[in-house]
Amino acid sequence: MLVLGPIGFAAPWVLTALIALPVLWLILRAMPPAPRRVLFPGVALLQGLTDRDPVAQRTPWWLLLLRMMAIAALVLGLAGPVWKPVAQADLDDALLVILDAGWAAAPDWSIRQERAESALKAANSKGKPAALLIADGRNDRAALSFDTGQALLGQVRGAQPVAWPTTYPADPEEVLANLPDGRLTTLWISDGLDHPGHDQWQSTLIERGELRVFAPSVRPVTLALSEADEPTLLLRNAPQDNVPEIVAIGPDPQGIERELARFRGDGPNVVEDGNQRAIPIAMPPELRNRVSRFEIDGQRHAGAVLLADDRVRRRKVGLVGDADNQGEGQQLLSPLFYLRRALAPGADISEGGLGDVLDAAPDVVIVADQVDMADAPQLSEWVEEGGILIRFAGPRMAAYEDLTAEPLLPVDLRQGGRDIGGALSWGDPRGLLPFAADGIFAGLEAPADVAIRAQLMAQPSPELSQRTIASLSDNTPLVTRQRLGQGQVVLFHVTANPDWSNLPLSGAFVKMLERLVAMARVSNDLTAIDQGAETFWTPISTLDGFGRTTSIDGLAPVAGEELDAGPGPDRPAGIYGASERRRALNAGGPVTTARWGNAQIEQDDADPGMFLRGYLLGLAAILLAFDALGSALVVRGGRIAVLAILLALMQPATETRAQDGVMPDPELVRAADEVALAYVLTGDPATDQTSQEGLAGLSFALRQRTSVEPGEPIGIDLDNDDLALLTFLYWPVTDDQPAPSPGAYLRLNHFLRSGGMILFDTNDGDVAGVGGPDMSQALRRLAAPLEIPPLAPVPEDHVLTRTFYLLGDFPGRWDGNPVWVEAPPAREDSADPVGFRQLNDGVTPVVIGANGWAEAWAIDDGGYARFPVGRGWEGERQREMAFRFGINLIMYVLTGNYKSDQVHVPELLDRLRIEEGGGP
Amino acid sequence: MTATSADLRARAEEASAALPGLILSAERLAAMVAPGTHGLRRAGTGEDFWQYRPAGTGDTARAIDWRRSARSDTQFVRDREAQSAQTVKLWVSTGKGMAYGGSQSRPTKAQRAQVLALAMAMVLLRGGEKVGLLGHPARQGRFQAGFLARSLASAPIADEDSDAPAPDDLRPNQRLIIISDFLSDCDWVEPLLTRAAGLGVSGVLVQVLDPDEESFPFQGAVAFRSLAGQQRHDSRDAAGLRDEYLMRLARRRDWLRSHAELAGWYFNHHGTDQAPAHLLGWLYQILGR
Repeated sequence: MLVLGPIGFAAPWVLTALIALPVLWLILRAMPPAPRRVLFPGVALLQGLTDRDPVAQRTPWWLLLLRMMAIAALVLGLAGPVWKPVAQADLDDALLVILDAGWAAAPDWSIRQERAESALKAANSKGKPAALLIADGRNDRAALSFDTGQALLGQVRGAQPVAWPTTYPADPEEVLANLPDGRLTTLWISDGLDHPGHDQWQSTLIERGELRVFAPSVRPVTLALSEADEPTLLLRNAPQDNVPEIVAIGPDPQGIERELARFRGDGPNVVEDGNQRAIPIAMPPELRNRVSRFEIDGQRHAGAVLLADDRVRRRKVGLVGDADNQGEGQQLLSPLFYLRRALAPGADISEGGLGDVLDAAPDVVIVADQVDMADAPQLSEWVEEGGILIRFAGPRMAAYEDLTAEPLLPVDLRQGGRDIGGALSWGDPRGLLPFAADGIFAGLEAPADVAIRAQLMAQPSPELSQRTIASLSDNTPLVTRQRLGQGQVVLFHVTANPDWSNLPLSGAFVKMLERLVAMARVSNDLTAIDQGAETFWTPISTLDGFGRTTSIDGLAPVAGEELDAGPGPDRPAGIYGASERRRALNAGGPVTTARWGNAQIEQDDADPGMFLRGYLLGLAAILLAFDALGSALVVRGGRIAVLAILLALMQPATETRAQDGVMPDPELVRAADEVALAYVLTGDPATDQTSQEGLAGLSFALRQRTSVEPGEPIGIDLDNDDLALLTFLYWPVTDDQPAPSPGAYLRLNHFLRSGGMILFDTNDGDVAGVGGPDMSQALRRLAAPLEIPPLAPVPEDHVLTRTFYLLGDFPGRWDGNPVWVEAPPAREDSADPVGFRQLNDGVTPVVIGANGWAEAWAIDDGGYARFPVGRGWEGERQREMAFRFGINLIMYVLTGNYKSDQVHVPELLDRLRIEEGGGP
Repeated sequence: MTATSADLRARAEEASAALPGLILSAERLAAMVAPGTHGLRRAGTGEDFWQYRPAGTGDTARAIDWRRSARSDTQFVRDREAQSAQTVKLWVSTGKGMAYGGSQSRPTKAQRAQVLALAMAMVLLRGGEKVGLLGHPARQGRFQAGFLARSLASAPIADEDSDAPAPDDLRPNQRLIIISDFLSDCDWVEPLLTRAAGLGVSGVLVQVLDPDEESFPFQGAVAFRSLAGQQRHDSRDAAGLRDEYLMRLARRRDWLRSHAELAGWYFNHHGTDQAPAHLLGWLYQILGR
């Protein structure tokens, strides 16, 4: 390799091609660009002409320079330049390669393999003997045999990191027994951590000759479980600026392994201590119990995987109570039923007598209404060792004579208990006080509907308030607690069934129990509960060095003491089981960085030099592309270049598309144009025809008497037609009318909100006799989804009574039924009027009546009334009033509260006069 | 040449709309051979009313216009105007060079030449003259315009750079309108004019040129090719050729004009960037003179 300053060349002889550059310059310079070809009919006139002053057409200098640069870059690129190359050291002696194969070497294992390979190849090419020591602790005793490097390559390629720390053979001398004469050069491909025997090996090797160390510059990020009461993830050696996330993986309800949760390594509740971060496992218990492993996201080694065992997983709860061997129906009376239902999602439950339960090594024991228990001494011993005992009161406890002498109670109890809210007692059932903000139930919401009807009372004592963790609204204790040794005793002063209270039926009960159970310290020392005899742990699943689950073939059961020593050659990190218990052996933990005295250290991330070949070849390609563009520019004039630039510019131009305008139905357009009255098609031909004729009659009356000249009425199919163009809709309500679709209701509501009006006509004034919105079932069914404001019968002074005619009532074919409109605001001067009223300028969105107006208005083609109204002259008078109502209604729809504003005209005029006069 | 005959006709209609129907000058009417609908401002055979005149002897009873006669005591005869027709022949060059258009925004010379020819034909047909392409029979009437439009639009472009009218197709007492670019070989002009003068055929030479051909806007190294590829000229300094080229073009025009005038013909040139109506107006004046 030729090194010129900071640049080295892998193939320096290629550089001789640069000599040719000046020649190329001359050649290129002499070659003019091709002339433009022009089609021109006037060539005949040019025949025989000679160029008066032939311009020397040469390649423009910039094009020439471009080409020269391109060729120079090409030549330089082919010469294999390297920026700041690393010189390879020479090898003179026998070579020993020590390959640390613990999990800490897994992240950059392939780099280590490459380094070992290159060293062995170098030794091979120099003809030096070489040996390979893979420090995974599996092959301790054998002395190394020195061989050609080539023979060892297979071993290097086949080596895999293991799921335990790097382990060196105990005695260096023994291993190096076959060392040939002369000095020994050692390449120690280290995982950067200190392991037992490290110093001894280092000193031995330095004695023998040169020691080169290939070590990573960063320590591996590891994950471990804290030994504290509450399991916490410990993340070590995480970089400050880019803290990785931790992924909790476990089976989902379908049993498929997936990511269950993700914790931020730099979240708000993370406690940072040096290079160690404590990350609380903030997961719901059901989820947490499913976690099978925690992983540091993006780290691929066994130290970044934390297998979850009993310490992270479910608490074991022992339930002690009267066996509920009653019939199925009476299970609901058993306290254990409620406890079981509350605990089952988050805990393993074992039931039985107290002795049986204690044998199962539970974390929590719940005793429901038991006194004078036979195994009380054992229980108290268990509690003092850190167990949590939760007791529930009950009729048995209340009736027990020796209650004051009963052990394992947090407070002294009064015999007998008390009834609250019974038939013969004063006062009502008591509710819960809000839980104390700093207590164990902090943050839980005390449900308002919980009522306690009976409880066991505590003897008043100074400690009582201290021991109370939940109390009733009269400050009597509901739950009390006392520490006993390392454990705790908790007493619910009520039963675990709904006899005394409905607390067991509430969600708060479940959450309270969850809190109490979660409080239980899971015994870290899993071996401690072994009953003396040596327990052997069988591997259930193990990891490889990369943190992947691997087979357990060839692994023998391991004694408990060995497991305590952490993972090792015969006990890779993994899950081990003994009977029901599961124990995780995790690789991650605190690590110490190895120190290398005067060894020569090569960093694995040392820059091997930047290879410039790709950049230079790329540059040459770009220059040549520009050259092509420039040549085209010269030959074809600016047009092509402009075209190229235009193309580039036009690329991002977005296509504008004409909006797809949907033209409304022409019939609707006509209706909007002619202010046609509209009616709802009910599907009943007779009703529809009546509506049509009724509105036609009303339209006729309007044309004759007013300036409103509606066109032919239009039938509206609510499901399909657009209502946006309409102002007034007549809706005859029939019993068998199908309800419109939800989309139609959306349109109807929009119609009402934007100023439309619907006249509901139940047309049953003759039958119902009362009418109104609360009488017609069909109307209620149809109008329920509509945004209808509160309704009231038309008040006497409603605008509807005076928009055109002065009206007293609103008869149709029937008379005497109230007509309902939007209720007026409670008071005229109320501070904030109802929003809906303001929305439509005070026009009621619906008018509801039963008077059968359409029938009163209906005229046939000849202009004669279609239906008889009343009798004789009075009937005709009633029809006339019906028309007047219709006219008033349409006027109301079209003019809004214009008429009611007229009331204020004198006042407005007064104000104008005052303003014009400049003062009163 | 993508223009269909309908397009061509539409454009020609547009170009000729401003001009009233042209009646050719009556210069040689005395020698008129072919009778046609050429109003001769005198009574004779024809279709249009000319005058009522008192019936004289020799007028048959059929000749008397009874309606007019009934209004007075004497008999009147309804005379029609004597009519005859001139024949105008058109010739439009279909040389390959005519397919040249210097810019996308301009029509090719051939398109413009066809428009000019057809527009002129329409003006003439409107005046009742007989119009035809050289070598084809001349006819009267509206339908002839459609026929001409089809013929012009479907005329194939020659492979040669230039083509020439066949002198044998000349007939006495015709008018001839020749539209070409007169850029390539123009040797045919002189014999044609000689023969035309001999036959008493007068006419017009119209040179249609693209603006690029009139201004020669080239520079630098250019390899010029004729459109048929028959002629070429390579230049290393096209800009230096401009003056020479323009001078040659002017000389060519002078030559054409002088020969035309010697034969009693007229010469004009037209750029495709100008409105065709300019030239039509000129043709109208020349032919109506």
